Amino acid sequence: MKFIYQTWWKLLAVILVFYTMIAGFLLHVPTLPILHETIRNLYFHVPMWMAMLTVFVISVWYSVLYLITGKEEHDLASIECVNTGLVFYLLGLITGMMWAKYTWGEFWSGDPKQNSAAIAFLLYCAYLILRNSIDEEQKRAKISAIYNIFAFPIMIVLLFVLPRMTVSLHPGNGGNPAFGKYDLDSNMRVVLYPAFIGWSLIALWIATIRYRIRLIEYKRNEIN
Amino acid sequence: MDLINQTKHLLKKEILLEWRSKYAFNGVLLYVVSTVFVCYMAFNLNLGFSSVKSYAIVWNTLFWIIILFAAVNAIAKSFLQENKNRQLYYYSIAGPHAIILSKIIYNVLLMSLLSVLALIIYSLFFTNPTNDTWYYFLTVVLGGVSFSTVFTMISAIASKASNNGTLMAILSFPVIIPVILLLIRMSKRAMDGLEHSLSYQDIGVLMGINVIVIATSLLLFPFLWRD
Repeated sequence: MKFIYQTWWKLLAVILVFYTMIAGFLLHVPTLPILHETIRNLYFHVPMWMAMLTVFVISVWYSVLYLITGKEEHDLASIECVNTGLVFYLLGLITGMMWAKYTWGEFWSGDPKQNSAAIAFLLYCAYLILRNSIDEEQKRAKISAIYNIFAFPIMIVLLFVLPRMTVSLHPGNGGNPAFGKYDLDSNMRVVLYPAFIGWSLIALWIATIRYRIRLIEYKRNEIN
Repeated sequence: MDLINQTKHLLKKEILLEWRSKYAFNGVLLYVVSTVFVCYMAFNLNLGFSSVKSYAIVWNTLFWIIILFAAVNAIAKSFLQENKNRQLYYYSIAGPHAIILSKIIYNVLLMSLLSVLALIIYSLFFTNPTNDTWYYFLTVVLGGVSFSTVFTMISAIASKASNNGTLMAILSFPVIIPVILLLIRMSKRAMDGLEHSLSYQDIGVLMGINVIVIATSLLLFPFLWRD
């Protein structure tokens, strides 16, 4: 856990995100029909999901650790990762919806990818409600850890497997090529991959700050 | 071989208990009959419903929604019904894997039977427009099996938390939506009498979801079972 108190990766996150903001708007992008300049949204929409995935994976990791060790800190880390992940989830949805408005014509056109994303969002809202429905701390921690591990593979199936099997407008799904196909000279990767790392680190940073606040609260409430 | 032995005995006990009281089975059966009848009355307020162009789609969707709610009601009982002392007794004589496996198998049997019966009752009231009846039957059984694997684990989680009924619905619906969408799609194909091979991929995904759910249930139930 020493990692979360170090500074270098937070600096890296800030530098990378600033770089993607500037480079994302200024560098050359391929000119494509329909997409035009909205293709730059790729640098902001996809990294949100990457950031979400990063903190959700960490959350599952800490849920597993909690079930093995039973330490309260692990539960706190897990819930704060989910909380942060949900914010990025919403941001991913919103950026996606804005993009859909300009390319597909509607904010919400009932595309399988969008519907799956909405269902998976419900899945995690249910997790938060489950947490609130149990008063006893250890029981809450245990049951929500179990549900979190249970929900994660289903979220993966919903977001990344099912939409691939149906007709979807979303790139990379339903027979559509992903952006790797359009971007022949791989110019966009120069911005996209740093954006993945940058936003993931930002998400992690937010989660660690929230975790540390929770930890302080927890220690203050402790009876010695 | 301990696990198989224990599972067998627990399963026998579940079936015997159900056979003696017939509570869950008859309760859910009555639930299905009442729901179907309410739907029948409600839809027939407008004359000529069965000759509407979208009749087949409505028939299929309505059936799955009825099955969905019947399944929630049937399987929610599997863990809520047992009282604390009896559970303590099971835990002292059997392993967690045997308990969850026996529950899953029992629910699979119960739901397959119930969904087939429900289909028969449903077809009595609403004329069945299905072309490929056997394939539709197969889809229905597959649906019953998938519902029971998912709901068993969810009901185990919900039974540990207070406020069970609501929680069961909230927790299970996001998980069950992809399953029911696949099922509706598959059963619509069966209804239209399309080529079987079109649905193989969907059957594969459904089986995949079932395997994932059973595997996670087996992995997670040992942590869940005792307070």
